[in-house]
This record gives sequence, C-alpha cells and structure tokens, in this order.
Amino acid sequence: MNRRDFLKASGGLVIGFTLAPRLALGQDRLPGSLNANRMLDAWLRIEPNGTVTIFTGKIELGQGIGTALSQIAADELDVNLQRIDIVHGDTARTPNEGQTAGSLSVEQSGTALRFACAEGRDMLVSAAAAKLGVPATDLRVSDGTVSAPGGATVTYWDLARDTDFKREATAKVKPKPPAEHKWVGKSIARRDIPKKFTGGAAYVQDVRLPNMVFGRVVRPPSPGAQLLSVDEAAARRLPGVVAVVRDGNFLAVAAEREEQAIRAREALTRSARWKEAASLPPTGEALYQRLMSSPAPGETVVEKTSPVAEARVKTLEALYTRPYQSHGSIGPSCAVAHWQNGKLTVWTHSQGVFPLRADLAKVFGLNPQDIRCIHAEGAGCYGHNGADDVALDAALVARATGGRPVKLQWMRDDEFMWAPYGSAMAIKLSGGVDGQGNVVSWSHEVWSHPHSTRPGSSAGVNLLAARHLAQAFQPVLPADVPQPAGGAARNAIPLYDFPNVKVVKHYIAEAPLRTSALRTLGGYANVFALESFIDELALVAGADPVELRLRHLKDARARAVIEAAAQRAGWQPGLLGDGTRGRGFAFAKYKNLACHCAIVADVEVDRKTGRVSVTRVVAAVDAGQIVNPDGVINQIEGGIIQSASWTLMESVRFDRTRVTTRSWSDYPILRFTDVPEVEVLLLNQPAERFLGVGEGAQGPTAAAIANGIANATGKRLRALPFTAERVKQALA
Amino acid sequence: MANFTLRVNGETKTVSVEPDAPLLYVLRNDLELNGPKFGCGLAQCGACTVLVDGKPTRSCVTPVSTAAKARITTIEGLGTVDRLHPLQRAFIDEQACQCGFCGNGMVMSAKALLDRNPRPSDRQIKQTLNGHLCRCASHNRIVRAVQRAAAALRAEGRS
Ligand code: FES
Ligand code: FES
Repeated sequence: MNRRDFLKASGGLVIGFTLAPRLALGQDRLPGSLNANRMLDAWLRIEPNGTVTIFTGKIELGQGIGTALSQIAADELDVNLQRIDIVHGDTARTPNEGQTAGSLSVEQSGTALRFACAEGRDMLVSAAAAKLGVPATDLRVSDGTVSAPGGATVTYWDLARDTDFKREATAKVKPKPPAEHKWVGKSIARRDIPKKFTGGAAYVQDVRLPNMVFGRVVRPPSPGAQLLSVDEAAARRLPGVVAVVRDGNFLAVAAEREEQAIRAREALTRSARWKEAASLPPTGEALYQRLMSSPAPGETVVEKTSPVAEARVKTLEALYTRPYQSHGSIGPSCAVAHWQNGKLTVWTHSQGVFPLRADLAKVFGLNPQDIRCIHAEGAGCYGHNGADDVALDAALVARATGGRPVKLQWMRDDEFMWAPYGSAMAIKLSGGVDGQGNVVSWSHEVWSHPHSTRPGSSAGVNLLAARHLAQAFQPVLPADVPQPAGGAARNAIPLYDFPNVKVVKHYIAEAPLRTSALRTLGGYANVFALESFIDELALVAGADPVELRLRHLKDARARAVIEAAAQRAGWQPGLLGDGTRGRGFAFAKYKNLACHCAIVADVEVDRKTGRVSVTRVVAAVDAGQIVNPDGVINQIEGGIIQSASWTLMESVRFDRTRVTTRSWSDYPILRFTDVPEVEVLLLNQPAERFLGVGEGAQGPTAAAIANGIANATGKRLRALPFTAERVKQALA
Repeated sequence: MANFTLRVNGETKTVSVEPDAPLLYVLRNDLELNGPKFGCGLAQCGACTVLVDGKPTRSCVTPVSTAAKARITTIEGLGTVDRLHPLQRAFIDEQACQCGFCGNGMVMSAKALLDRNPRPSDRQIKQTLNGHLCRCASHNRIVRAVQRAAAALRAEGRS
C-alpha cells in the first residue's frame, strides 16, 4: 500500500457510526455479536457507488474469516460477492467484538451479520415497495436490483439514501434457509490471498508512513532481570539513531534505517548490565513434580457417581505431561505507532483492538477515545503471541521521536523468549474397567497455569513492557476461563457416558514463565491425555479402541464422525502394528460444545533412532453448517500438521534463570519432508449453527499419534513431545 | 554510507547505504518491495528469499554490497495481480496458505527449482523447500501448488 492509500484508509478520514446503546434491562437478547453491538449501521452500509461495506470486530489471521463473512452477507442481501467490502477490527469504525479467538468468529460475527443483513434487505425491499408502488411480497432481488412483476426496477444504491440503518436491530427478519444460499457452502477463493503472493501490502510490516523511523527493543536477558547500567550515550552516537528510550527496565531504540536500529540494539545489548535471579523452574520430570506440588487447591469441575455393581474392576492410573510450547509465528510481532497532538494511532495485528486500546489507555493515562487501534494482518499467531506487547513497545518509542511514526518489529529471539507460551500441564488419569470391558469409573486431575492473560481485563495491564517501566503496571493474576468452554480444564470432561466421573483442576495462576492462549488452551493436553487413556483402558478391557468409544457414546454427531473417519481410513478392529508401523485413533468435540473431529493417524517408528513419522492422517469433521468448505479443510489440515509438530518436536528450553530457546535451531518444527498426507472428510450439517474449526483437530491428533505409537510398538508414551531421544529410550 | 546500484526486477536503482546492510532492508525499506519478509534474520526460515542471478538467496544475511552487480528478482518481479506468473496463479488456485507469510520464500525457491527441473517429483519439491518453515502448516497445499505451476509452465512451453 502506498502512503496515500494508507492515509486514505486510516488517518485522515473520519467515519463515525452510531455507538450501541447500553444493553438495558429487559432488552431482547439478539443473536451472536449483535447483542452487544445492536445498531444496524455498525454492521453494514450500502454505498452509493454500488458496493456494500460490512464491518466486523473479528480480524483476519489467515483463517479466511473475511471471505466467510462476505459470503454470509452476500447471501442475506442478495448481492454478488464482488460487491462486498469488509472492514476488520478498527476501534474507530467497527463493532467491538472482543478477541478474535476460540474459533468463535463465524459463530459470533457471522451470526450477527446474517441477521443484520437479512434485516437490511427487508428494509431495502420495503423501501422499494413504496417507491414502485408494489407489495413487497411481489418483489424480487437480484444482485442488489429490486424488480417488480411489471419490469420496473430500483437498486439498493438508489434506495440507500432513504433507508436509515441508524436504528437498533430487531433480529425479527428470518435469515434464508440453506437451500437458498448461493455463496454460503461454496469453496470461494479467499480474498486476502492474491495480494499475499504478489507483494501487495498485506501485513502490518508493510505499513509505511511518511517520515517513519524503525524501532527495536532490548529486552532483559531473563524474566525479572533489573537493568543496572547501559551506555546510552554510545548508542546515541551510532549512525542514524534517533532515540534511545530507557524507562526502568524497558530499553529500546529508534533509528532512521532498520539495520541501524538493529545495530544500536546490538550495542545496547552488549553494554547493558543486568541483575538476574534464578526464577525459573527445573526442567524434565521435575517441572511437573513442581507443578503438581503447588499449593493450588483442587477444584471439582464435575462429579458424577453411581454404584458399580461388580467388584472385579481392574483399575489403571497414568500421568501425562505437556511442556511449555511456543506459538512460533513465522514473522516476529510488529506494530506501527504514531503520536499526534497527544493522540495515539497504532497499526497492530492484535487479535483484539478494543481490549488492546483499553490497556494502552491505562499505561498512557489517556481516554480510550484518544487512541485508535487499527488492525493490519501479521504472520499467523495461533493465539496470544507478542502482537499486543509490541504495540505498546512501538507506542513507548514513538513518544521519543518528536512525532515521527515508529515501526517496531521484534527480533526472532524477542519472540521466542518473550511472547507468552502455552502452559506446561500435568494430567493424572485413573479409571476402572469391569468384567464386560465397560469403563465404569473415570477420574481426570489437571494442573495448569493460565491459558488467557490477554489485555483488556478490568484491572491491571497485560502488556509486557508495562511491567518493565519505572512506574510499572502489573498484570492482575487472571482467573481461569470458566466452564463450559474452560481453560485449564477445557475438554477435560469426557464426552463418553461413564457411570462414575470426576474431573478436578488445580489452577496455578502465578506462572514462572508467562503463559497465555495457544490454540485450544488446555484442550490440546487434556484431549491428548483423555484420548490416550481410553486406549489404555481399551487394552485392559481387551476391546477395540473405536468400538469402546462408540460403546460409551450417545451423541449422534460424535458417533457419526467417529464412524466416518474409521470407515474412510479402513480401520480394522483389533489390528496390531508390526513393531514399526501402527495406527491410532482419537476423537474430541472441541470445548465439548463446538466442532466434532475424529482422527486416524498412521505412524512409523524407526526403532534404531527413535524417530517417529506420521505418514498419513484421515480426519472426519462436523462443524455444523459450513460456510466455505475449502476454508474449513485448510484449517483442519493446518491444525493436524501443526499438532503433529507440537506432539513430536516442540518444547521451550530454559535453565533456572534464562529461556534458552532463541532461534529455530533451539525450537525445531516439522518440515516438508516430515509432513503427513492429510485427508479431511466434512460432514456438512446445513441445518445446524456454524461452528469454528481452527482448534478442532489439535487434541485428537496428539492422541492419535500416541495411540499409533502404542499400536506399533506396544509402548505407551505419556510425556510430550515424542522426540527421537524419548522414543528411543522408551523402546530400549 | 556508499552508493550501490542494484538491478531489481529489471530496473536499475541506486541506494545509499552501508555496504554491510542486509539486502532485505534495502528491498523492503528503500525500494518499498513487500514481497521479501523478515522472519528470523538468521538464514533459518526462508521468508526473505529472493533470486540473485537466479539462485535462491536469503536476503536477510546477504550484504547489499555482494548483490550489487547481480540480477535480483523478487516476487514482485514474477507477476502482478493482473498478470500472474503461473507459480503465483497456482498458489492462489490451490489456496496454498493460511497467513501467507512464508509464501514469498516458497514461491521464490520453487521458481528456481522449476527453472532447472520442469518436472520435479513431490519428493524433490519437499526437499527443495525443506529449508523453508511454514507454521500454519500449509505444506501439502504448497507442494500441490508447485506441481500445478510446473504443469502449467510445461503446457505453456515456458520450461
Ligand atoms: S528471514 Fe531470512 S531466513 Fe529467515
Ligand atoms: S502460511 Fe502461515 S507460515 Fe506458511
């Protein structure tokens, strides 16, 4: 994007929409995000130039949400898809839909747009009826042109001036039935892709403002380190340096050129003296022992009892563990900040521009209205990475550049050392099987740190630099994400119908390493444990793993995906691996309330080296009504392969003082030659509500791999990741 | 600072920078090319790949001085939205990305591969791209896109 376009798209133009009135007592509940953003004109606008603009608080992060939402709007409005423009996440222009997270975007924003557009169409058609003097029921709409039986026509664009969307939505107009959809349900090519492959301005990294300078941060070498001294003067003398910012333990630099900023960062890193302390936990098994000995009390998530008739119950107990894992975005976090007359504008790839604005306002002591956060894409983030943190970094540096905008990008080591991690977790499972091979008791006990420490909580500031400032703002210890979605205990409650079930969580709010949302939150580890353990019980029961699951499952949609995956993969009950090759099965309903996903994974174990390859994966998915089938398949494929990478390779390294994962050589991920073939089967449910899929496959994939290794070798692996070293040890 | 004359995408540009400035920043910031991406700065991920005299080169660790005499091609030099190169078209047709941040490097390395091997096997494509990281895990689509482009180029008789 050139400068003029950017200014046009952001700075200069002030566009207002009516703010939603506060939800008053007794007000009707509206569907999806319409409930909190009740004005129609907050969602759509008919432009006189023959286009429609839709507004969403949800942001594009490579999941294709912009395309899916456009499909929904085009169908409800009866306009061609090409006419739809979409504005994502801009605190000055779009509804506030909180975070783009939890695979909820189509459900929340899509539902709101569906009802808003259906109502908008109804209003336009009524206006047309008045204008043409024909009853509304006799009118037909095609691509925005309303026609009467006699041939008279009028277009939305003619009607736009007299149709006032500045009113509260009622959600009384029924959206179209699936049979009438023209766009929803089709694999429409994503609108964000062409520019990404032609060097278009697609990312926040591509934002260029006049007179802009480049920023870099110099982070402490370890959590809690105190800056004792640094030679700021020497850094200021380096070529191109515009500003060196030191505020408590926050240290950063801005320079005319990007490579000059990097040089200055290196110089500051060399001259800085820090006081460090050993604040990190031990690694290896001791990490989990430490976690499980924390004083956090056990909190019962669910408990169900019924008498077990038989005395001859065989019981089993097992401990599963998951290490700290990194989001590992390919592009380190980046933001552009610009101060003008005491007001701040930030271009950011944050997943929540409104919550980010709230935290920035606290740090700078401003009214939120004096800050504008505009979303621009970053590299895939997979949850809460450094996106929000870097926005504060850029804003802090931009205060020192005399009004010049600052583009600040983290370096690779900043991202690996300081972006929040997915929490380490320990999960103890125990269960019993009766003489008929039925599972009669089940207990799941999980220990975990937080899975959501995003900005925007009512107290405290959840932005990294805030805690490093001389006038520090501390984050408030977050509460766990409540059930039913859950954070630490996400997917800990088995969907299976066992007569005795107990689920207990130990939520340890204080974490030695900063943790937050990584795709699925606790779901990945809980499903890994649960779905591994059911296979362990199947072995005790002498049952086939798929059969045992079905035996305990009533949910028809769950059964259908399990059967579909088993059938497509050619699952053979009771078939054992041959010592090196094996096959594993697993299933989950994400959050126990979203998409259903069953996975069959074929694995190959090199017994000499311990190296595990996942050669093929078959997935069956029910995500309710599917808006864009290829988009869904793309996300499921990505989820499977990313989870294979987490499961086989990934864990953050640290010693007692410092994180030692700095670059990709310290944090290997799956590469082309290791990637399995993936086949995804979609079970469309046009009559059901939309369910997100971004996080549906990760948990089952991990368990299917573990089950496959057990099937191949007879060895059960319970500690993630299954590195060659670990597997070799287990096989020895 | 010194002046360097660069030949990028068929055009000649002069920039005034330190000789050891990484080519990546010159391309992105002086020439305002968005294609090459900063991913690691350590020659580990491939996001910054451009062709230097036809060879895939990690611009994040390439001093501008060493590229001054060469022919540099970035993804912008392959084609535009209206006139797509078969590789760009194939990546779009296969919807071969999620975030797309790795895409530049994938396309540029694939270009060099197809220039020397118009009929690569899946295995050869994977091996060629093994030094490129994709975190969204679009690998299989990327391999399919390269095969699709190879077929299109063969059909066009361009390779
Ligand atoms: S940015 Fe050059 S290889 Fe990663
Ligand atoms: S598509 Fe996101 S890193 Fe490859």
